[in-house]
Parts: sequence; C-alpha cells; structure tokens
Amino acid sequence: MSEAIPATGDQQQATHVDSQWPLWEVFIQPRPGAPHEHCGSLHAVDAEQALLNARDVYARRAEGIHLWVVPSLWITASTPEDVGPFFDPANDKAYRHPQFYKTPRGVRVY
Amino acid sequence: MQIDFNKGARFNVLEFSNLQFAILNLQFEIQMPLSEYLLRLGDDRLILGHRLSEWCGHGPILEEDIALANMALDLIGQANLLLELAGKAEGQGKSADSFAYFREGIEFRNALIVELPRGDFAFTIARQFLVSVFEMLHLEKLQSSAHSDLAGIAAKAFKETRYHARHSADWMLKLGDGTADSHDRVQKTVNELWRFTGELFEVDDVERDLVAEGIAPDRGALRESWRSEVARVLQAATLTVPDDGFMQRGGRDGRHTEHLGLLLAEMQIVARSFPGAEW
Repeated sequence: MSEAIPATGDQQQATHVDSQWPLWEVFIQPRPGAPHEHCGSLHAVDAEQALLNARDVYARRAEGIHLWVVPSLWITASTPEDVGPFFDPANDKAYRHPQFYKTPRGVRVY
Repeated sequence: MQIDFNKGARFNVLEFSNLQFAILNLQFEIQMPLSEYLLRLGDDRLILGHRLSEWCGHGPILEEDIALANMALDLIGQANLLLELAGKAEGQGKSADSFAYFREGIEFRNALIVELPRGDFAFTIARQFLVSVFEMLHLEKLQSSAHSDLAGIAAKAFKETRYHARHSADWMLKLGDGTADSHDRVQKTVNELWRFTGELFEVDDVERDLVAEGIAPDRGALRESWRSEVARVLQAATLTVPDDGFMQRGGRDGRHTEHLGLLLAEMQIVARSFPGAEW
C-alpha cells in the first residue's frame, strides 16, 4: 500500500497526482440493475465538473444510464508484488466456484 | 329577366382568380411566417454550432475540447431538423443542406450574438451561457407547440440544451470566481455581449401571428425568467449583471455583422466547390 487514505472527505483537498488537474475515475452503469463498471479516468477540478466531463467523454454514445465519479486518490490499489499472495491461492480450489449449481429459471444473469 | 351568359362567365372567371389569389395569399400568410420562424430557430443553432466547432482541437483541456464538440454536434443536429422542416413549410423543395450551404449572408436569420467570433474561452463560455439559458426557456415552451413536428424537435432539443446551460453555468462559476484574470475576462465579455441579448426576445409580426396560433412561444414573455436565472448564476460567480442599454439588432432581417460573411465562406466552401458531393 503506497498511498495513505486521505484523511478528509473533501474532494477538493485531493492532492494533484501530476501537473494537471486532479484525476478522477469514472464508473458507468450500462442498464438498470447492472453493476457500475469502470470505464476510464479524466481530469477535473471538482465533483460537478468531473460528472459533466464524464458525461461528455464516456456517455456520449448511449453507453449507460448512470455515472459515478470518484477521485483517483481514493482508490486503494494492490501492487504487482501482491500478485502472489493475493491471487495464486485461488487457482487450485475449484470448489470455491459456484458452477456446480444451476441458475434457477427466472433469475436474470448480468 | 334576361341572363347575359357572357357577363356571367366573365364574372365567374374573376371570382375564380380572386379565390385563387385568396388561397395563395392564405398559403403565404400561413407558411411564410412558419418557414421564416423555423429559419430563425435553425440558423441560431447552425451558426452557434459552427462557432463551437471551431474549438475542435483547441480546447483548454481534452475533456473540454470533447464537451465543446459535443455541444456543437447537438446544435448542428437541431439545425438540421429545423431547416428540413423549414424547407417543408416553405414548399419549394429545399433541403437543410441547401439552406445551410447555398444562401448568402443577407438570407440568414440568426441573431447577431451567435455569429460573433469565438474569442477567448471566457467569451465562448459566456455567450454559450447567455444563449443556452434563453434557449432552455424557449424550448421548454416550444415543446407544447401546436405544430406537432416542431414540438417533437423541441422536446429533444430541450434535453440537450439543459445540459448546455448546466455545463456553461458551471464554467461561469469557475471563471467568475476563479483568478483575478479569469474574473476580469469573463466580466468584460458579459458586458460586451449584453447589448446583443435584446434581439433574442424581439417579437415582430412574423412571430406575433405564430404566437396567436399557439405555434411559437412569446419570446418577450421569457425575458424576466431569463434575467433572474442569468443574475442568479452571475451573482454566485461574483460577477455584476450589466444594466440594459442600447440593444443591437438586425440579424432577423438579414442585417449581419461582418463576421458572418467570413464564417459562411469557411462553412460553405466545400459544398459550393463540389455541389451535390456526398460522403
């Protein structure tokens, strides 16, 4: 973990990560009920501008119906060194996967 | 009583031509104001859209470059629909393209404010804000026009224009309440542009008839709501609302600034060099 979690919720306090305006991550919900998916990032000086820019950059071709924007500094990411301890143990445990169950009829799969 | 058939026949012919004339006159009275009004609506958007498109590749940041291009495309799309409809109303078989590319400056019916050069970013944003707030109020009413095609176009354009107003208002706040330089530039622009805002609310005989028929909203009646919305944003942006003074006019009659000719030269050159060319 390289970045400390910012101490306050004030988005304007987010430190510049480069010489430009603060970076924001954009999540879009393609249709009702679907999860929001990360679609990219952009620069903006505050939350309203981030939302407007997200609309213009990522939602101008009917890609979705709902947007989230979050300061990139608030994303805590795993590091390449974490790959082994985090993900390797998942490879040999087939019983953790739910493929032995049949999806009941009538359940929508996204 | 003796009937003079010849006289009767002549009388009938006269009656017929009078009737024809009356029909033509009626068509003129109904259709000309409508096509004229649609040209005003279409030209306002075509010219403003072109001015915005000049920012393509020159925006202050990538995100804003895309935003300005998006708004330009919205406006040109609206212009396309409105000019097509103007062609139908006029009944001379003209398409949106023939209106856009094969008219001279004096035939354009846009308000002067949209043809002024794009200026710096503050100028583009302030103009967009002042015009978008007006268009938002205008389109909101136009959605319930007695002309169903026009009402449909207005409903689509209203959604787009609400975004234009929100986007430009956000920038007004940031520029007005930003640095001393951005504050001065945007205040100077608002002061310069103010005398071009009166034309947006002008109602002449063409529109008075359409207002009476429930086809067009009364622009004059939108002035107070426009003023209070503009004042709300300007005050929040620490900017001063200019006093109403002398107002420029002439665009609706084809009397334009010198800037329109240069814009048209650029906008029309390809269509005029290669008439009928398609992608």
